[in-house]
Amino acid sequence: MIESLAEKANGDALLVHRGRFLDTRFLLGVGEEQWLVRILDGRVAEVTKGPFVMPRWTFALKASAADWDAFWSPNPRPGYHDLFALIRFKRLAVEGDMHPFMANLFYFKSLLAKLRRAA
Amino acid sequence: MSAPAYEPIVGRYLRLDLLGKPHRLYVEEAGEGIPLLCLHTAGSDARQYRAILNDAAITSRFRVIAFDLPWHGKSSPPEGWHLEPEYRLTAADYRAIIVGVSEALGLDRPAVMGCSIGGRIVLHLALEHPDAFRAVIGLQSGGHVDPYYDTQWLYRPDVHGEVSAAVVSGLIGPSASDTDRWETLWHYMQGGPCIFKGDLYFYKVDGDIRPRLGEIDVARCPVYLLTGEYDYSCTPDDTIAAAAAIGQGTHAVIMEGMGHFPMSEDPESFLAHLRPVLDRIAAA
Repeated sequence: MIESLAEKANGDALLVHRGRFLDTRFLLGVGEEQWLVRILDGRVAEVTKGPFVMPRWTFALKASAADWDAFWSPNPRPGYHDLFALIRFKRLAVEGDMHPFMANLFYFKSLLAKLRRAA
Repeated sequence: MSAPAYEPIVGRYLRLDLLGKPHRLYVEEAGEGIPLLCLHTAGSDARQYRAILNDAAITSRFRVIAFDLPWHGKSSPPEGWHLEPEYRLTAADYRAIIVGVSEALGLDRPAVMGCSIGGRIVLHLALEHPDAFRAVIGLQSGGHVDPYYDTQWLYRPDVHGEVSAAVVSGLIGPSASDTDRWETLWHYMQGGPCIFKGDLYFYKVDGDIRPRLGEIDVARCPVYLLTGEYDYSCTPDDTIAAAAAIGQGTHAVIMEGMGHFPMSEDPESFLAHLRPVLDRIAAA
């Protein structure tokens, strides 16, 4: 599912435009699994699945597989419907240099919601 | 030619002294009857109350008034504002502003309705000024909210102020239409530098009223609390805890499908919850 992120994100012209000044690499932690997502000019350039030896990233978003699953459900229940809701209830940890994340918060909220399953 | 499609809302600028300084405040109102003073959320402005100001069934009985706090919307900051390093709202100042506006408008014991920071300050008003207000309505109202992110991100030159809207976007519930969702967020995108952050000083630091909720006398000043179920800032649990701490006679309702900005994000569903409260205030 996470492999589909590039296709889903890059097909959204509004999202790519929103991120047109964004170049970063972040780590997505889904329970024990890890993914590195490379973004260039607002496009998802590369999605790589771990495990990694000495991965380099600017910031990381880490939550349990069950919490991401609830976030990616078609109609997430209260508390699982937004990245900041996950943060509020300590289900999502944001680590590292979170400047690109905060400076492009609409982008990242929209990007991660791309993985939401259809109803 | 057809007549211009004006809404019944009238907006004017009010001159008054607040906190020892001359101010110019933007005030919107519509209707006649019991004064209903409306308080917007942190970092936003009185446009959040557009649906209530435009509701004929309400304005036939209530004089609905919504003003932009100083520094917000079309209200200017006071002269000399550029010499202050950062705007910061305190509980005492917030209370003084609301009481000052009510007095300047000559309102007779208005009902006061506020959302978020407004939902908190109405509890302070019920406690400190129970005879100045005939009832308080707290939307997304709780005794306190612990910080859950670093508010420094809301005011720094290397992050656009649009971040304020991005931070609150998830506080809107799924029942909101796209139109009302993005109208609500637009207000946040228009907030001045530091304003949302400065309001949150009251919300997350200075405005904690938990130890004193039990002192509110709902017989003197009735308290109505309405909270959207998707709000993770002031959660339904926070509202229920506040109602329990205030004690018997506090009216608390959790509104399904709604989030942190009920009057702005989903006015129609919200009004279904508000009308019975207004009926009770009118009947008192």
